[in-house]
Amino acid sequence: MPRVILGGEVGRRYAGGATEIAVEADTLRHLLLELDRRFPGLGRQIEEGMAVAIDGTIYQDTYVVPLRPESEVCLIPRIAGG
Amino acid sequence: MTSHGHSNGFKVVGTRPIRPDGVEKVTGRAAFGADFSLPGMLVGKVKRSPHAHARIRTINVAPALALPGVKAVITAADLPEIPSEESFVGEGPINFRDLSRNCLARDKVLYEGHAVAAVAATSSAIADEALERIEITYEPLPHVIDVEAAMAPGAPLLHDDLFTQGVEPAPTRPSNIAKRLQFVLGDIAAGLRAAEAVVERRYTTQPVHQAYIEPHACVAAVAADGQCQIWCSSQGQFMVRAYCAKLLGMGIANIRVTPAEIGGGFGGKTLVYLEPLAVALAKKSGRPVKMVMTREEVFRATGPTSGAVVEVKLGATRDGKITAAQAVLKYQAGAFPGSPVQPGCMAAFSMYDLPNVHITGYDVVCNRPKVAAYRAPGAPIASFGVESCLDELARTLGMDPLALREKNAAREGTRTAYGPVFNEIGYIDTVTAAKKHAHYSAPLGPHQGRGVASGFWFNVGGESSAEVHVNEDGSAVVVSGNPDIGGSRASLAMMAAEVLGIPVERVRPIVGDTSSIGYSFLTGGSRVTFATGMAVVQAAEEVVAELKRRAAMILDVSPDAVAWKDGAAVPTESYLGKFDPLSLATLALKAGRTGGPISAKASINAQGAGPGFATHICDVEVDPETGKVHVVRYTAVQDVGRAIHPSYVEGQIQGGVAQGIGWALNEEYIYDGCGRLENPGFLDYRVPVASDLPMIDAVIVEVPNPRHPFGARGVGEVPIVPPMAALANAIFDAVGVRLADLPMSPPKVLAALTAARN
Repeated sequence: MPRVILGGEVGRRYAGGATEIAVEADTLRHLLLELDRRFPGLGRQIEEGMAVAIDGTIYQDTYVVPLRPESEVCLIPRIAGG
Repeated sequence: MTSHGHSNGFKVVGTRPIRPDGVEKVTGRAAFGADFSLPGMLVGKVKRSPHAHARIRTINVAPALALPGVKAVITAADLPEIPSEESFVGEGPINFRDLSRNCLARDKVLYEGHAVAAVAATSSAIADEALERIEITYEPLPHVIDVEAAMAPGAPLLHDDLFTQGVEPAPTRPSNIAKRLQFVLGDIAAGLRAAEAVVERRYTTQPVHQAYIEPHACVAAVAADGQCQIWCSSQGQFMVRAYCAKLLGMGIANIRVTPAEIGGGFGGKTLVYLEPLAVALAKKSGRPVKMVMTREEVFRATGPTSGAVVEVKLGATRDGKITAAQAVLKYQAGAFPGSPVQPGCMAAFSMYDLPNVHITGYDVVCNRPKVAAYRAPGAPIASFGVESCLDELARTLGMDPLALREKNAAREGTRTAYGPVFNEIGYIDTVTAAKKHAHYSAPLGPHQGRGVASGFWFNVGGESSAEVHVNEDGSAVVVSGNPDIGGSRASLAMMAAEVLGIPVERVRPIVGDTSSIGYSFLTGGSRVTFATGMAVVQAAEEVVAELKRRAAMILDVSPDAVAWKDGAAVPTESYLGKFDPLSLATLALKAGRTGGPISAKASINAQGAGPGFATHICDVEVDPETGKVHVVRYTAVQDVGRAIHPSYVEGQIQGGVAQGIGWALNEEYIYDGCGRLENPGFLDYRVPVASDLPMIDAVIVEVPNPRHPFGARGVGEVPIVPPMAALANAIFDAVGVRLADLPMSPPKVLAALTAARN
C-alpha cells in the first residue's frame, strides 16, 4: 500500500505527529479522500496549498495520477517560479 | 502522447531557425503594452505615498474632480473590501486582500510609492495636476526597512493582525514575522559531531529589481453593458483576467484580456498593479483609460525580490564528505507577507546528497514594496550563502571546489531535504562538463581569480491550452495561451513542425487572448516549452492522425495502410508501393471534400517537469586601487533536458547570468533615513551593460526529461542561481578576501581590501 511522507509541520498539525503513514489508494484522488477522512482538513490543505511528489515526480493540482502499491507519496509545499 | 525519442534524429528540434517574432522586434514594429490606443482614451495616473509608513486620516478628491478634463478619481473606497484569504493561484501564495491593498492603500500606506488614489483625465498634464490637487492627510508612523530590524522585538509593526505562523504555541502578539518554516532531514547534531571540519558564516543580499526594460502598461475599456477589455503587457493574460475579476468583483466572462508583446518580466509581471485601476477608472468615466508607469514608479512600487540574511553552517569529514548542512534564511517580503523563503529553503542544498540537513526560514514584512517573483524565486539568495560557504569549506579542506561538489553531488535516488527523492537528474553531468571545460584549467593573469558555484531549480508544469490549425496551403498556425517571454513561440512552432513533418517556416505561432484560447496558467516557472509544448505536441499529433484518416479516404485504403513521414501520408511497410505519398499541402487543399478544415486542440495539466541544475565557472579581475571587479570570463553549464532551440536556450542562460552578475556586483536599493528610495532609475540603480560583461559561454548538457515528448526541461531560471556565489568565490581566489555581503560594489570591495591590508 502506498506510503505517505507527511513532513514535520503537516504531520504535527493534522496527524498527531506522524511523519509517515500507509494509505490504501490506487489514485491520487482516492489517497486525498482517504487522508481527509482519517485526518479531517488534511485533504483540503493538500489541495489548496501543497503539491505531492510521487516516486520523485512532482504533481500539482491534479487528481489524475495512478498509484502503485509500493509508491512513495511526499507532501511538499507548492512550487511556482518567476 | 507519443514519445518522439531521445536520440537527436530530429529534423527541426535542436536546430536554430530565426525566431518568428524577431523581425517585428528588431524593426521596432512589435506592439508592447504602451503602444495600444483607443479613440477617446483618457490618461490614467496614480497618486503615491511620500511616506514609508503612515496612517491615512483623510482623502479629499473633490479639488481634483473639479479640474476641467478630469473624468474620474478612484481610491480604495471604489474597490470591494476583500476578506483575508490565502490562495495559490499564481506564482506563489497570494492573499487577495493584500493584493487589493497593494493596488490601492486602505487605512495605511506601507511603503513610499504605495498607491493611494488614481485619476483619469483628458491629458497627461491635467492628470498630473489632478494628482497634485488630491488632498491626503497622513499620520506618519515609525518605519522599518531591514529584515533583522523588522524581526527585532519592539520593531514598528506593519500589520496589527499578523501573527507568526509555524511556531508553537501560536503567538498572541502580532509580529512582522509572517511565517517560520523548517525542513529537516536526518540528525543535524549528529552530523556536526561527525564533522572534522566546520565552516560557519553569515551572508547578506540586497533586494534587486527584475529590471525589465518595459514598464507596466495597459489600456482598459468598459462597455455600457459591463463588458470589459484589457490590453496589457503581462506574464499571463488569464492571470490578469482572474485577478481583475477578483479585485473588482466582476465575472470572469465579462473580462477579455489581450496580451501585448512583453518587454521582459522575469517574474515581475506575474501580478497586477495598474490593470484593476484602469478598469475601475474606465468604468467610472465611461471612456477607455491608458496607464503607463514611469521607471521611477516601477522601482518605487513594483517587484523586487527579497533582500535577505543567510546563515550557513557546513560540516564535513577530512576527505570532503559533507556530514551536516544547516541554514537559517531571513527574507524580506516587503509590505505584505509572501517572500520566496519557502522555495529558497527547498532549493538551498538540493544540489547535494546530504545525510543531515536543517533549514529554518523566516518570511518578514517591512516597509518596502511587496516583493514579486524573480527568476527561480528565493533560490539565488540561498545559493549565494550555501555556495560561498561550500567554497570556504573546500579551501578549509584543501580540496578542489568542483571535486567537493562531485563528491557530494545529488544523483538519481538522492533524497532531498524537502522530502522526495530525485529521479533522472543531470547535476553530476554539469559538474563533470565544467571540470572538463578548457576554462577550468586556463591560466589566470595578475589580480585574477576563478570561482565556481552550482544551482538548482524545480521547474513546473501546469495548465496549458494549444491549438493547431492546418491552412489551405498546408502551412499551419499554432495558437497558445502564453505570452512569449523567452522565445516560446519559436520552440512551440518547432515542436509542431517536428510532429507535422514540415519546415518550421511553414508554422506561424501566435498568442491568443483570453476569449480565443483555453485557459493557460501564466508564463513562469520555466514551464512554457515544457507544459504548453506538451499541449502543442498533443494537438499536432491529433492533426496528424486526422491527416492520415483523410489520406486513407482519398486513396480509398484502410487507415492502417497510412503512415506519416516528412509531412506526407505514405504507405506503411506492408503497403509499400501501393500508393504515392500525399503531401500535407494536397491534403489541406482537399480538406473541404474530406470533411472540412483540419484542426485540433489540446488542454492539459502538464505534470512531471524535470528539475534543472547548473554549474558555473567565473573569472574576475579585481582592481586593487578602486575595488572594481571585472568579469573576464564566464562559462555556464546547464542540464536543459533537450534544447528545442539551442540559441534561445543559450540566450536564456546568458540572460540569467547577466542578471546574476548585476545582482552580485552593483544592484541595490538605497533608502534615506525616512525610508524613501534614493535610486529609482537606471542611472543610479546600475544593471550590467554590454561593456560590463564578457561573452558568456553557455554549455548545454542534455539529460532528457522522460516525461516530455522531446525530453525538455525548463531552462530560464536555473542560470540566475549560481552567479553571485561564483563571483564571490572568484573574488576570494583573486585577492584572498571573502565578500559575504551583496552587492560586491567597488566601495565595498575596496573597504574589504583595505581592512585586509591593515
